[in-house]
Amino acid sequence: MDTQPIKFYQTGTFTVGNRLLGEDQRAVQANMQRTNSLNSGHRACQGCGEALGARYAIDAAMRATNNQVIAANATGCLEVFSTPYPETSWQIPWIHSLFGNTAAVAAGIAAALKVKGRSDVRVIAQGGDGGTTDIGFGCLSGMFERNDDVLYICYDNEAYMNTGVQRSSATPPAARTATTMAVGEHPGNAFGQGKNLPQIAMAHNIPYVATASVAYLRDLEYKVTKAMSLHGARYIHIFVPCPLGWGAASEDTIKLARLVVESGLFPLFEAEHGEVTRVYKIRKPVPVEEYLKPQRRFAHLFGKAPATKTIAQLQAAADRNIRRFGLLAEVI
Amino acid sequence: MLKQTEGSQAVAEAVGLCRPEVICAYPISPQTHIVEGLGKMVKSGELQRCEFINVESEFAAMSVSIGASAAGARSYTATASQGLLFMAEAVYNASGLGLPIVMTVANRAIGAPINIWNDHSDSLSMRDSGWIQLFAETNQEALDLHILAFRLAEELSLPAMVCMDGFILTHAYERVDMPTQAQVDAYLPAYEPRQVLDPGQPISIGAMVGPEAFMEVRYLAHAKQLQALELIPILATEFQGVFGRNSGGLVHPYRTADAETIVVAMGSVLGTIKDVIDEMRDDGVRIGALGICSFRPSPLAAIRDVLKSAKRVVVLEKSLAVGLGGILSTDVRMALSGLQLHGYTVVAGLGGRSILKSSLHELLRKAGDDALQPISFLDLNWDVVNRVLERERCSRRSGPIAENILRDIGVVAASIA
Repeated sequence: MDTQPIKFYQTGTFTVGNRLLGEDQRAVQANMQRTNSLNSGHRACQGCGEALGARYAIDAAMRATNNQVIAANATGCLEVFSTPYPETSWQIPWIHSLFGNTAAVAAGIAAALKVKGRSDVRVIAQGGDGGTTDIGFGCLSGMFERNDDVLYICYDNEAYMNTGVQRSSATPPAARTATTMAVGEHPGNAFGQGKNLPQIAMAHNIPYVATASVAYLRDLEYKVTKAMSLHGARYIHIFVPCPLGWGAASEDTIKLARLVVESGLFPLFEAEHGEVTRVYKIRKPVPVEEYLKPQRRFAHLFGKAPATKTIAQLQAAADRNIRRFGLLAEVI
Repeated sequence: MLKQTEGSQAVAEAVGLCRPEVICAYPISPQTHIVEGLGKMVKSGELQRCEFINVESEFAAMSVSIGASAAGARSYTATASQGLLFMAEAVYNASGLGLPIVMTVANRAIGAPINIWNDHSDSLSMRDSGWIQLFAETNQEALDLHILAFRLAEELSLPAMVCMDGFILTHAYERVDMPTQAQVDAYLPAYEPRQVLDPGQPISIGAMVGPEAFMEVRYLAHAKQLQALELIPILATEFQGVFGRNSGGLVHPYRTADAETIVVAMGSVLGTIKDVIDEMRDDGVRIGALGICSFRPSPLAAIRDVLKSAKRVVVLEKSLAVGLGGILSTDVRMALSGLQLHGYTVVAGLGGRSILKSSLHELLRKAGDDALQPISFLDLNWDVVNRVLERERCSRRSGPIAENILRDIGVVAASIA
């Protein structure tokens, strides 16, 4: 029997509700039997994007591997809120060693599994943006370069949140943090700085690099599942809003994680062996103000005299992403 | 089997016989020949079921070892000097997590000024890291200690360093008795971790511990070292049973029974010291030596037991606690608490400065007359030191010390400008 593809656009995006999908196509999170790898009861703030991202990603990895996952975790919010002695929220074998060595610890676990012939067990390393783009960068680049059999997941909330919101090399321009204060002639973080880690990962020619956002659950799960189907060094960079650090409402976490994508500021894409293979198309781009305004870290841009020049610079960055990655969808 | 070989190669072969499963390699002199030797063994297939990983730094070397050990693999790496400092955070972490990694430290000075030659500053800087530290006197003992270290580390679930003098041992060709695989297998059973990362039985390792339990965790680290103090002599006796020679143990007394003066030292310099003691004994001087094999745990009772009947103790150490004096001598003083005997600290051989028999003869003669300062620096060139001190007194911007010394000494290259 021929089937007719039906598209249901409910939110102005390409998001499709679970109810409209077959059982086997539904999100891992929609399944009552999901592993809840990061179980409830942990100490994350209300609306924590990182806690969501970690549960989504690890649950998807668990389903993809028949629950054969070991995780190494960098120091940071995720580590602190999930394992306050003597409790743990993790339902998987999990190790925290240091802030800057997670990729190397994971590489060691992968080496041990290889030597023991446990090809069924897979290794994930995870950390925040500070543990990934700054202090853990050396070990991460080494893990990429050796093509160690590890999936590294960065939960990017764009600053050092655990220590009280200090700038990292993933902090966006103009954002206020405790070390890029909203004062002076150029308030907030400087333009022309920072690292684009997904692209640096791609430059290592590793088998798989992807970006994801906690607002796009099925896309995120698809990317983790795909990463687990591959071997060698893989990298997924997940955008995770931080209500506390960004001065945003807890209930706006998903909204912000969607607006950052729809504005073009955070392109969702996949790359294999250094080449972009797929982008997540934006159905209807939104101006960057819509994303910036609900966040107090950008409040200095919207005072009595709006910083139109700075906002235009940020819009230009978003437009550049849209051009560069071909993010605009051709809506029929 | 007896063979004539380089110290590093002997250690590589001995580590290979221990059936390591993950080896991390990062080059730093004078350790590098060891991991080169192991790398060749893995690549050629001589050493099977082993992953040899070229990492990007010493910090990564220890971190990969941590992951591998936590996943149940017998893990080994080697380093020295700056490399040990660069991995310091992970060194503490490995012992805190109770992972029985074995690491060779080819002892080397720490800069600045950069210096690749031997002293004990590197591993002694990690004295409070919670690692066991065993010092080898000879290449034979260096290779034996590795076999012993794996056994000790895995029984206690605690990492162990085997310290051997850089260049003096690592690069010296000597005769060693290489054990057979059957002997090593008889002494060292397969690694059975106390806890392991396993999806079948998920556990969380490395949780945060607050004030409510941190003291207890730290005490337990200390208690493990005290257990090592009991276990090391037992394992040394067992070692003798299997391999037929005396290696390891806590301390090595030499002609101390009736000695009035006892020289305490660690590592290869004990060979020179013993030669000097033999010659002084021939002249009727009642002198002996106490070699410390186990620097951590510190065998306080064993040291006290040997030293208590002496009149004076001379601690000759290749390390300097800047602003205090000695490191080893501070430990020895702890062992001597309450005993009334003359104690001297002699800092010697820093950065590879030769420790000559003639210098030791003069030093120990002075010690016998109790004419030594509480702390002295063997063969220090006071002319050079005083000229620098004088220059610094006269001029605030006195320039780089090294270049000024070169001018003072008058070597050819210094005559420019």
